Amino acid sequence: MIIPTTEKGAEISRRDLLKKGGAMATVTLAPGVTLMAFGGKASADGLKQGARWGLLIDAGKCPEDCSACVSACSTEHGWENNGLDTDPQWIRKVTLREKSTGRENSLPVMCQHCDEPPCVDVCPTGASFKREDGIVLVNRHTCIGCRYCMMACPFKARSFVHEPVTDQRTTTPRGNGTVEGCNMCVHKIDRGDGTTACVEACQATGNNAMMFGDLNDPESDIAKAVSTYASVELRADLGLNLGVRYQNI
Amino acid sequence: MKKLLVSVLMLAALLVSPSFAQGLLPNIPTALGEPHPEGNEYWRINHPALLSHSRDQTVIDGLRDVDASIKTCVACHAVEGPDAAPVTIESPDHTCRTCHDFVAVKIDCFQCHNSRPEEADWSAVLPSLGGTPDTLRAYLERISQ
Repeated sequence: MIIPTTEKGAEISRRDLLKKGGAMATVTLAPGVTLMAFGGKASADGLKQGARWGLLIDAGKCPEDCSACVSACSTEHGWENNGLDTDPQWIRKVTLREKSTGRENSLPVMCQHCDEPPCVDVCPTGASFKREDGIVLVNRHTCIGCRYCMMACPFKARSFVHEPVTDQRTTTPRGNGTVEGCNMCVHKIDRGDGTTACVEACQATGNNAMMFGDLNDPESDIAKAVSTYASVELRADLGLNLGVRYQNI
Repeated sequence: MKKLLVSVLMLAALLVSPSFAQGLLPNIPTALGEPHPEGNEYWRINHPALLSHSRDQTVIDGLRDVDASIKTCVACHAVEGPDAAPVTIESPDHTCRTCHDFVAVKIDCFQCHNSRPEEADWSAVLPSLGGTPDTLRAYLERISQ
C-alpha cells in the first residue's frame, strides 16, 4: 500500500483526511486487503498550502509624514481611530529615535504574525489562532472579549471594540465586545489579489517601502529580498519568528 | 346543540382559510435570486447548522466559496426599503427579522456582520431579475404565490 505524502509531509490529521475524503479512492483487492490513494491538493479556492505570508518593510523609504498605509487599512477594514485610547488601531506609525546619535526612523507597526504567537498561547477559547498559511487571526465567533491576547502581545497589535458597530465592510465583519487586529487582508489573499491594502497604498505613493509575499516560496520577491539583504525582526530576543520583517532600522 | 355545531364548524373553516393563516404566520419576503434547490423548508430548518459549518470553513480554512455564506444570504434576501436601498436589521421588514421576531429568537450575527449587502453584491443579484424574460416571469410567479 503506497500513500503519497501530502504537502504537509507525514502529518495527515483527521481533519485533512475528512477534507480530502472526496478525492480519496478506495479499491478492495481481496477481502481484508484495501488499496487507498489520496487525491492531490486541497481545493484550489482554499488557503495556499505550505505558504507563509509575510511583509518586508524598508524603514529607510518610509517618510515620517506619510501614513498612507494606515488610512488604506482603515478604509479597507472599516475601522476608525479618532485618537482616543480605546479606539481601534490595526496599524500605526511609530517613530524610533536612537538616543546616542539622535537618528530618527519612522515605520508602520501592525500584527507581526508570529510563528509562535503569544496571543494564541493565552487565548482561553481558541479564538486567537494561526491559519495554516501563517496568518494570525481572531475568530470572532469564539472570542469572548477577555483581552488576554492584548496583554500578551509584545507589539500592542490588538484592539478591543468598545462600541457597537454598524454598516461594516462585508469582507471584514467586526463588532462590539471582540478583539481585533491586522489580518493581513485575509479576504484579499483568499481572493487571490496577492497583496494587502497597506502595500497597495504604499506602492501608490511611490515610496515602495512595503512588500508582501510568501516567505516560503523561494521564487517570490520577498523571499529573494530577505535572503539577499539584511532585515531584522522587532524584539528578535523573544524568538517568536515573525512574519513581518524590517530593513534599515 | 345544532347552534354549537354550526359555530364550531364556522370557526374551523375560519382557521383553515388562507386569509386567517396569513394574519398569524410571518410574511417572509421573496428572495431575489433563484430558489434553493433543496427547498425552503430545508433551509428554514437547517440554516443555523449550515451557516456555522460554512463560517468555520471560511474563517479557519480560507474557503470563500461556501454553501451558506451570510454575505450571499443577505444579498439575495435583501428587502428594499422606502429609500430604494436594502433595509438593515433595525427594520422589522428585514428578511431575518420577519421570522426571528415571530419565533422570538435573538440573532447575534449582525453584531459583527453587515445586515445589508454592499453595493456590488446587491447589484450582482439584481441582473438575475431582468436577465431573461423567463427568470423575470419565474420571479413574478414566486412573488404572486
